[in-house]
Amino acid sequence: MAQQVNQALARQFGLSADEYAKVLAIMGRTPTLTELGVFSVMWSEHCSYKSSRVWLKTLPTKAPWVIHGPGENAGVIDIGDGLAAIFKMESHNHPSFIEPYQGAATGVGGILRDVFTMGARPIANLNALRFGDPALPRTRRIVDGVVRGIGGYGNCVGVPTVGGEINFHPSYNGNPLVNAMTVGIAPKDRIFLSAAAGIGNPVVYVGSKTGRDGIHGATMASAEFGKDAEEKRPTVQVGDPFTEKLLIEACLELMATDAIVAIQDMGAAGLTSSSVEMAGKGGVGIELVLDQVPQRETGMTAYEMMLSESQERMLMVLRPDRQDVARAIFEKWDLDFAVIGHLTDTGRIVVKHRGVVEADIPLDPLAEQAPLYHRPTVEPPKPAPLGPVADPVGLAAGLMTLIGCPDVASRAWVWDQYDSTVGGQTVKRPGGADAAVVKIEDHARALALTTDCTPRYCKADPEVGGAQAVAEAWRNITATGALPLAVTDNMNFGNPEKPEIMGQFAAAIRGMAAACTALDFPVVSGNVSLYNETEGKGILPTPAIGGVGVLEDASKAVGIALIPELDLVLIGHSAGWLGQSLWLREVAGREDGPPPPVDLAVERRNGDFVRGRILSSTVHACHDVSDGGVLVAIAEMALAGNTGVRLLPEPAGVPPHAFWFGEDQGRYVLAVADSAALLQSAAFAGVPAVRIGQTGGGDLTLPDGGTISLPTLRAAHERFFPAWMNGPATR
Amino acid sequence: MHAAVVVFPGINRERDMAIALEKTCGRKPRMVWHKETDLSGIDLVVLPGGFSYGDYLRCGAMAAQSPVMRAVRAHAERGGHVLGVCNGFQILTEAGMLPGALLRNASLRFLSMDCHLRVERADTDFTRHYQRGQVFRAPLAHGDGNYFADDATLDRLEGEGLVALRYATPDGAIVPEANLNGSARNIAGIYTPNLRVLGLMPHPEDLVDPLMGGTDGKPLFDGLVAALAA
Repeated sequence: MAQQVNQALARQFGLSADEYAKVLAIMGRTPTLTELGVFSVMWSEHCSYKSSRVWLKTLPTKAPWVIHGPGENAGVIDIGDGLAAIFKMESHNHPSFIEPYQGAATGVGGILRDVFTMGARPIANLNALRFGDPALPRTRRIVDGVVRGIGGYGNCVGVPTVGGEINFHPSYNGNPLVNAMTVGIAPKDRIFLSAAAGIGNPVVYVGSKTGRDGIHGATMASAEFGKDAEEKRPTVQVGDPFTEKLLIEACLELMATDAIVAIQDMGAAGLTSSSVEMAGKGGVGIELVLDQVPQRETGMTAYEMMLSESQERMLMVLRPDRQDVARAIFEKWDLDFAVIGHLTDTGRIVVKHRGVVEADIPLDPLAEQAPLYHRPTVEPPKPAPLGPVADPVGLAAGLMTLIGCPDVASRAWVWDQYDSTVGGQTVKRPGGADAAVVKIEDHARALALTTDCTPRYCKADPEVGGAQAVAEAWRNITATGALPLAVTDNMNFGNPEKPEIMGQFAAAIRGMAAACTALDFPVVSGNVSLYNETEGKGILPTPAIGGVGVLEDASKAVGIALIPELDLVLIGHSAGWLGQSLWLREVAGREDGPPPPVDLAVERRNGDFVRGRILSSTVHACHDVSDGGVLVAIAEMALAGNTGVRLLPEPAGVPPHAFWFGEDQGRYVLAVADSAALLQSAAFAGVPAVRIGQTGGGDLTLPDGGTISLPTLRAAHERFFPAWMNGPATR
Repeated sequence: MHAAVVVFPGINRERDMAIALEKTCGRKPRMVWHKETDLSGIDLVVLPGGFSYGDYLRCGAMAAQSPVMRAVRAHAERGGHVLGVCNGFQILTEAGMLPGALLRNASLRFLSMDCHLRVERADTDFTRHYQRGQVFRAPLAHGDGNYFADDATLDRLEGEGLVALRYATPDGAIVPEANLNGSARNIAGIYTPNLRVLGLMPHPEDLVDPLMGGTDGKPLFDGLVAALAA
């Protein structure tokens, strides 16, 4: 490979002219091909966060229970009982468009490694997925591939997939979003970090062999797609969940010893980013001899090995006197184990191959002079207020439309392909509660887990949308009875070089920061995916939030399923907010108005009240009010418990359709035996509460007298996915 | 009861099984690595669920050749009890210890959901705490659970009373709608002629605690403990 290194090649590798000039200044000479490769991936948007870093710094990241915030492989929080929860969400958007199955599968594999590399046994996977218009044949193929990929990987490694969300919108036609989240548990005094230490200590490579797959994946993920997206397939990695499972078990076995000094998975930019980051964080130098790297193909060059994104690989720095213990464990699990270098005191990364120095780069400038952009922003315009909107169809027809529309329809077709019970600790499975509840083995406590974002709110008003995403995650955790503790964020946006996109980003961060602060719900890890554009068209701004909360007693968790002879009480104020509501889009055929405002003080007051009632064991079921408003929430509760509901007339002052379909925030529907006691304690706490129905029978009886039988409602709810996916073949 | 859970590379429900066994018999099972060959002192050998060797060749085909399987076979030939669940069932068929094979689900998709199982006979050590004809619920989670055997084998299994469990409706009807993975004659689990080896696809071990949604699977383990108490 006698490629001439020059500015033209640098541009091909994604480096701007200014960035390449900086490379030349740091090196004092023309870099080698391998060196140029290292700079280009380390300085890619994907690895360097060069457009987003200035904004991410403004997020609140601290709380007494935060052990490690952003900057490590994943966030770590104290959840009591001497335990830590370790979690992160990460995007695999670009690869999932090019090759849906492998893109999604390796997304799951990558986020699992970020979590177990810190010493945690993964106990749950979640995801946040956005797809294009269901009417497009390509959307169906992508959904099928992504769902199979998530299941294919997660099911095999034996980590239950317990929750997630799916939205459809034409803005995702050319850029589906696949955000995968893993949550793990470790003893809080046994957390493993990536900072290398100990001059002379061996650098050890474990896991799968290195091949030519995924070379320049990080660069691909840092650019828009053109018409040639399909040609980028070779940049997508191929997953091997069986090896990942072995790697999890071998790493956890090794972590029970004292052999590991530092450990990091090889994710984006593979050997390059793991070695550079480990040495950089530890303030040491590193020398690699690539001849020792286990290779699955012959004739690989240094450039290819340093940039390969082959999956299921880890890099460790070991205590030299424990090398044999470590080797024995990896041999037991039939995994490669190779000493490929050592730490030095030079402050440089030196890469040798076949006796030639292929790269020799000073680490400090590589990190410190990484580009950092204060990209121009334009403040997003505030949407015009929504005037009165008449109800064109009535409550019953509106409900039937909403309960069956792609954004609300039952996701059972999807969940049924994910193993949600492996591990034997799943207390609330997908659809059973607002957040998944997974017990911690050998402990009474459980985690409540959710992913949330309402992209149409974010598009209309990114600041309100950012706050709403955080608030909804907090609310979903609260609705199970759990105490929300921290979040991971996955910022999916368009091209940051466009001021209006950067303006969306900045505004969303502002809203998120306000909500995280007000709700004591700090950000402990996250990921940014920019350039989600195809042929110049960007996605809806999608700051997906993954929330984690804790229940001290797993048996206190409540779900959404109703049983007969209970009262339904609506908590929170209903102004009948229809702007950006799902009803407005699906029933009135309009996407306009401002999204519902999020009053964070009210959010917190209402949520703390609801959680207190649940923990007092007086609430049988609880569901937050979100897409489709109160009536959709109640319909979902009725279907989950196969129990009918007779609704009471809505309070005066709000038009019926606005009351039942409005999407005012900070609201919950509670099913209780004693509504008088609940209303009394709500009044005492200053929380709006109103009795809106009672449970029983086999019908949903509407306040206007209309009746929908549960089988009719269920058929409408469950039709979309199977009919779509099993429907006539399309190209 | 002294139980052993065999751990093949890629198995992932060994912990679930160990929890269920400890919960019912009060004693932790021995976890046996697939390269071990000594099962002495063991009453019940369990081959748990998962993806041994990634299911990359054919489900269970490589695990069936593991060193431990010689010991499992010897244990069964001595009249010892063996329970194979999900991948464990697939391994037992690949090892030739149970007849038939588990094919891709008829839908060609992985299925993860609760199913209902009808107990075909209640006079075995596995089912003595159920009633004959009783229906119980269990999670299933597999891509290859579609039981297949030729008609002569199926006739023999039925004739000799070796069908352990069938996919049923909650009220016990054996109909196609209840047959989630397309198994021949709704068969979910089968015995060896001595009724000491049971292979089944669903996961009773994941339903032994009310907190996880029910205890429908517990009688299977209670029955084994009662039969093998020592």
